[in-house]
Amino acid sequence: MTDFLLELRSEEIPARMQRGAREELDKLFRAQMAAAGVSPGAITVWSTPRRLVLIARDLPDTTAAVSEEFKGPRTSAPEQALEGFLRKTGLTRDQLQDRDGVWFAVIDKPGRAVKDVLAEAIPSIIRQFSWPKSQRWGAASLSTECLRWVRPLSGIVAILGEELVECAVDGIASGYATHGHRFHCPGEITIGSAADYQEKLRACHVIVDHEERQDTIRREAAAVAAAAGLTLVADEGLVVENAGLTEWPVPLLGRFDEAFLDVPPEVIQLTARVNQKYFVCTGADGKLANAFVCTANITADDPAVVVDGNRKVLAARLSDARFFWEQDQKVSLEDHARKLARITFHEKLGTVADKVERVAKLARWLAEEGIVPGANPDLAEQAARLCKADLVTEMVGEFPELQGLMGGYYARAAGLPDAVADAVRDHYKPVGQGDEVPTAPVTVAVSLADKLDTLRSFFGIEEKPTGSKDPFALRRAALGIIRVIQDNGLRFGVAEGDLLDFFADRLKVQQREAGVRHDIIDAVFALGGEDDLVRLLARVNAVQSYIETAEGANLLAGYKRAANILKKEDWQGIEGQIAQTGEEDPLAMVDDPLVASAVAAKMAMRHAPGLPYDPEPAEAALIAALDEAEPKATAAIAAEDFAGAMAALATLRGPIDAFFESVTVNDADPAKRGQRLALLARFRAAVHNVADFSRIEG
Amino acid sequence: MILALHDFWSAQGCLILQPYDMRMGAGTFHTATTLRALGPEPWNAAFVQPCRRPTDGRYGENPNRLQHYYQYQVILKPSPPDIQDLYLKSLEVIGVDPLKHDIRFVEDDWESPTLGAWGLGWEVWCDGMEVTQFTYFQQMGGFDCKPVAGELTYGLERLAMYIQGVDNVYDLDFNGRGVCYGDVFLENERQMSKWNFEVADTDALFDLFAKAEAECRRSLEAGVPIAAYEQAVEASHVFNLLQARGVISVQERASYMARVRDLARSSCEKYAEKMTPEWQARYPEWTL
Repeated sequence: MTDFLLELRSEEIPARMQRGAREELDKLFRAQMAAAGVSPGAITVWSTPRRLVLIARDLPDTTAAVSEEFKGPRTSAPEQALEGFLRKTGLTRDQLQDRDGVWFAVIDKPGRAVKDVLAEAIPSIIRQFSWPKSQRWGAASLSTECLRWVRPLSGIVAILGEELVECAVDGIASGYATHGHRFHCPGEITIGSAADYQEKLRACHVIVDHEERQDTIRREAAAVAAAAGLTLVADEGLVVENAGLTEWPVPLLGRFDEAFLDVPPEVIQLTARVNQKYFVCTGADGKLANAFVCTANITADDPAVVVDGNRKVLAARLSDARFFWEQDQKVSLEDHARKLARITFHEKLGTVADKVERVAKLARWLAEEGIVPGANPDLAEQAARLCKADLVTEMVGEFPELQGLMGGYYARAAGLPDAVADAVRDHYKPVGQGDEVPTAPVTVAVSLADKLDTLRSFFGIEEKPTGSKDPFALRRAALGIIRVIQDNGLRFGVAEGDLLDFFADRLKVQQREAGVRHDIIDAVFALGGEDDLVRLLARVNAVQSYIETAEGANLLAGYKRAANILKKEDWQGIEGQIAQTGEEDPLAMVDDPLVASAVAAKMAMRHAPGLPYDPEPAEAALIAALDEAEPKATAAIAAEDFAGAMAALATLRGPIDAFFESVTVNDADPAKRGQRLALLARFRAAVHNVADFSRIEG
Repeated sequence: MILALHDFWSAQGCLILQPYDMRMGAGTFHTATTLRALGPEPWNAAFVQPCRRPTDGRYGENPNRLQHYYQYQVILKPSPPDIQDLYLKSLEVIGVDPLKHDIRFVEDDWESPTLGAWGLGWEVWCDGMEVTQFTYFQQMGGFDCKPVAGELTYGLERLAMYIQGVDNVYDLDFNGRGVCYGDVFLENERQMSKWNFEVADTDALFDLFAKAEAECRRSLEAGVPIAAYEQAVEASHVFNLLQARGVISVQERASYMARVRDLARSSCEKYAEKMTPEWQARYPEWTL
């Protein structure tokens, strides 16, 4: 058993691609080994900006020998058949075995040296390797058929045990030699085996294990901040990115001019993060401090020089940000908003200014109608008119992710009411799943109006999401509305028609993810026509909590039994029985003057109070229980007391069980049978008032 | 610094060329880069190119943003295997010590829809500042680069700031005898920023754009694609000026860009087509 080392060296691999590349290398290597019948032990994959590394433990020296047997023609078969078989197997006649008059070929495939398997596998891994973007380079690129890699591939180290696995791809041959750190150890170094690889490289200022580099950055960045009396603002994305940009990470703390702190902290953080990949820090007061942490790739002769260079770059970036911050405020938000008339929202839906106009009206209406309680209609309209103005500001042009936030800052700086500034800032919320849901009334009105307008507008021009395509993020908008309605308990018909169905679908997905059983959601949705999402969810919750009790499970069992019988008997109701005359439309008869009186008489008989026979005790008890439970449940539902409705239905559980115990539904007397089936149908209908229990599993 | 780079790249076999005598946004527009990136023949050249980016003007108030600055450009076709090492040596030649300064290759792919061109590469950071754009051209004018050229574009002012250790571009020592960059260019930046953003006659610019476009088409038909390409470069710069004047709406912007792109692409195409027989005479296997 031997360990294998593979290093694919290249010019700098983009940080964001390294994770995928590690997975790809692992996958391709495993596939190659599986195809050759080799089962490796543990596989480790590492990456740095300049190399992809795979170490496979415990590879056998040879693959297992296999013996394959092929059945041929009968010995009595014509000569041509035998010749064909010999061609196919590559054997001669005297190598075949005669077993009971049938030719057999036994081909022994000896084990292959794993070194040879690897020598074939490596070039094919390199050629098959899939990168998000790859390129050609050098003299070979005279043809487009040449090797492609993420950046020029410069070397291959492939060592099995201590032996070189000899292979070559497009003129790049494997060897023992690699390079250390680009600047600290620029010369070649020789690797002996997988065992000394990591430490030899460490000695040459390369930490090959990406996780170790991430740990170093996490630890050292926090440490340099702490040493300055500050707290690092943790940012895992930056940790991973900086680890993908360095082979020898050295976090360094620098300061920037305090005067830049006039610019909003989010802008500073974003400038540092996006443009420079720096961490930021907070001071003892929890506020952003005038400090940054950059991650160098060298142990510099004088770290202060590196820090100073980075400080200058950040200063220039912040100076630009402050330029935008000041320029933007030279124009009022109202004036910025006017420029929205120049931006197309959608070719069929007019400009962003048109959208803003619709949102302003809708926000005002939501406030005036009291749908968003406590929202001042004037403020809601004002906020809506300004909510998109920051889209044309310099700052949002530079950092689109600051939309809303900047508008909020500019509104506040202009002295607008807090409710307006907050609404401008937060009206996009909630954006993602974990994002907070607005609760301030004016914000709620604008947030709701903005998203509702988006949905109605796009549905109005038949631009609906299909499959994985949702270019206008309508699913997210619907989910945002659902969460705003839920969290604020807003009561109104959110939509109708297609759009209501779309909401229903989003709600199902959302509830499923929140752990609500999908069958219960289906059971409530099956009732149809509900456009009040708060009421709908109250119903779902009541049903779920009841069904999960033992009593609920029993009621469900009773319901299922009743429903099964009704289905089996193909019970169409008493009117349905009348219909069994061959008429296609049972109601056609009702209007037929010739039979009208007969139908009326029969209906009167069927629906007469009391039964045309003496009910059995359990039957009478169920009727009595239904007589009592039905009005209670109906009243509770009207009062939106779904727990109360479930409690009323719960009283049916004993009687229905007893009914099934002692009463024969399928009585020989058709009158009894009909009445009992009708009773079961009545029980089923009572339960249906709350939810379609037939959709509930259990 | 420029002389040191000329010496270095000349020793590597590069032709030392002069700037293209037109207003352009980047050294990449120089025909020694765009047009020479096409075709199979080896081509190694280095030159300085003054660049104009009207929207980057800051009225002389930003420490390192200018509407007019200098790029040093190197083009190596085919890209040599040691191109990164050569580049790093060139930095040492002008005084950037990689153990004193943190040099990094950070992913930055290049794409110029205007030129129908793209490539993969990096922006090279020196202590966090982008000092060079490093690109392996994959396509130019819509054609695959066969072979691929490596393009290095140094930001001369930025590098000089590092080497001299100054915070503000206008403080750069120009001659070692008391003349600084600001003495030469500050007033230009102030006036040109004002002109770019506030003064330039937009009617005249729209007119210029239309004329350049028409002349480009005419030249294409006349079979002189290099002349056509010059008009495409002109149209591109006029478009940038119109952008700075803020008179091109969002909707119009896309259509103007498409017009410039069409001119540049057509010029590259016609150039490549015109040159193909000559290229194939020397490289019989080669196809466009």
